[in-house]
Amino acid sequence: MTDADGFSLRSVVAGPPAEPILCDVSVDIPASGVTVIVGPSGSGKSTLLRLLNRLDDPLSGEIRWHGDRLDAIAPQALRRQVATVFQRPPLFPGSVLDNFRVADPGVDTDRALHVMEHVGLDGALLHREASALSGGEAQRMCVARALLTRPRVLLADEPTAALDLDARLAIEALARQLADEGIAVVWVSHDTDQLRRLADHVLAIVGGTVAAFGHLADLDASEDAVVRRLVGAPGAGGAS
Amino acid sequence: MTAVAIASAHASIGLGGLAASGMLIAVAVAISLWRRLGLERSVLWAATRALGQLLIVGWALQLVVDPDDPLFWSGLWLAFMLLFASWTTAQRAPGVPRVFVLSTIAYLMSGLVTLGVLFGFQIYEVEGRTIVPLAGIVVGNSLSATVLVSRQLLIAAHEQRAVIEGRLALGLSAADSFQPHLRQALRTALVPQIETTKAVGIVALPGAMVGLILAGVDPVDAVRVQISVMYLVLGSVATTTTVMSLGISRQLFTSAQQLRRFDPAT
Repeated sequence: MTDADGFSLRSVVAGPPAEPILCDVSVDIPASGVTVIVGPSGSGKSTLLRLLNRLDDPLSGEIRWHGDRLDAIAPQALRRQVATVFQRPPLFPGSVLDNFRVADPGVDTDRALHVMEHVGLDGALLHREASALSGGEAQRMCVARALLTRPRVLLADEPTAALDLDARLAIEALARQLADEGIAVVWVSHDTDQLRRLADHVLAIVGGTVAAFGHLADLDASEDAVVRRLVGAPGAGGAS
Repeated sequence: MTAVAIASAHASIGLGGLAASGMLIAVAVAISLWRRLGLERSVLWAATRALGQLLIVGWALQLVVDPDDPLFWSGLWLAFMLLFASWTTAQRAPGVPRVFVLSTIAYLMSGLVTLGVLFGFQIYEVEGRTIVPLAGIVVGNSLSATVLVSRQLLIAAHEQRAVIEGRLALGLSAADSFQPHLRQALRTALVPQIETTKAVGIVALPGAMVGLILAGVDPVDAVRVQISVMYLVLGSVATTTTVMSLGISRQLFTSAQQLRRFDPAT
């Protein structure tokens, strides 16, 4: 990996100006595989994710994507390449197909059914009201909707936090499948078990700064007990 | 002879008549006392304030209604009316970004469009007795709809933040992401005015028409004046709320198509 791959953050400060949440964050997030961001509540995980597709801008510091400054890329173009799945899936009025047409106004039924199959969503749901979907179905629909923009990165902000175990595992499998197909996944999680099932790389954030970054095995061997606990390293005790 | 000029024949209510009509206020006060509503002071204050305000307005209107009066006084009146309406809007819709400037522009644009049509097609003659009352109708009827649409937009930006950011995250522009909420806010502001327009003459006789008839004008002539006033109201409310909502929508987002944070409670 070089600095030109994926996201490169340098001395990033972000959050409310009076009380920044992220302080002096410098890290390179790879352009492949699944990177799981882990940390205690309020440590700045979601704040960091929102910077990566410019739903927010940093107060200071620099973020680059594939070598280009993020603020030099048109926000709409960036967001179609860096898609986001939120914790609570934002459903737009109308059917599943109507939701797809927000992302791609020209989507036809064949393409819609193809993308539904891709995310493991029953094609019979295409004309169902989005509000009538179960939590797991709604989240899959949001992933499918995001895939219609043909993104290179999928940001996922605790996308399974409100789902039962079966739905959680299904969404995790989908993330792994997308990563294997070449779409980098950056996934925020509180769940240590999930982190250990899913992560190729782990970014541990504590108190608004980077506590550790690397492969899971590296963080398991960290000298920092907080990091070992965050990643659920064997013998480290419960996750915080 | 223009429609308004038809109303030159007038009826007069003497001080006795005015005092007698005040008995109706006594009825409202009596009901409040009887049912222990605690509204006696409010009723009396409202009635007294309305009396004072209208007497002052009546006196001041004499400065502008005479055909020999220079239009300067009408212009001054309009400027005061415009600024007061913008100030009132700012007071009633706190938290809306740049609300004073936006509402001033909205009322001004609305006045230009609607009065431009009325005067441009010579439906009314350009003189103090037409400019001031018609502009008053534009601003007065647009004010509550403007406040309503401003509040609705701010509440939507706050409560529907997840959905708006969901659209932004899919690469939609700020305008497209907010479009459904803007449409809903405009509908909320305009539908009552449309319903009122539909019900006119059936549910209630409008004030301008009643005033003309009481002043001795032929009812058919009064109806023609009233129709032009109703269309003026509908057009002005539509124009003001549209200009206002488009202006607010731009203020809600940064140049990087990010939804700013606002608290509608402030």
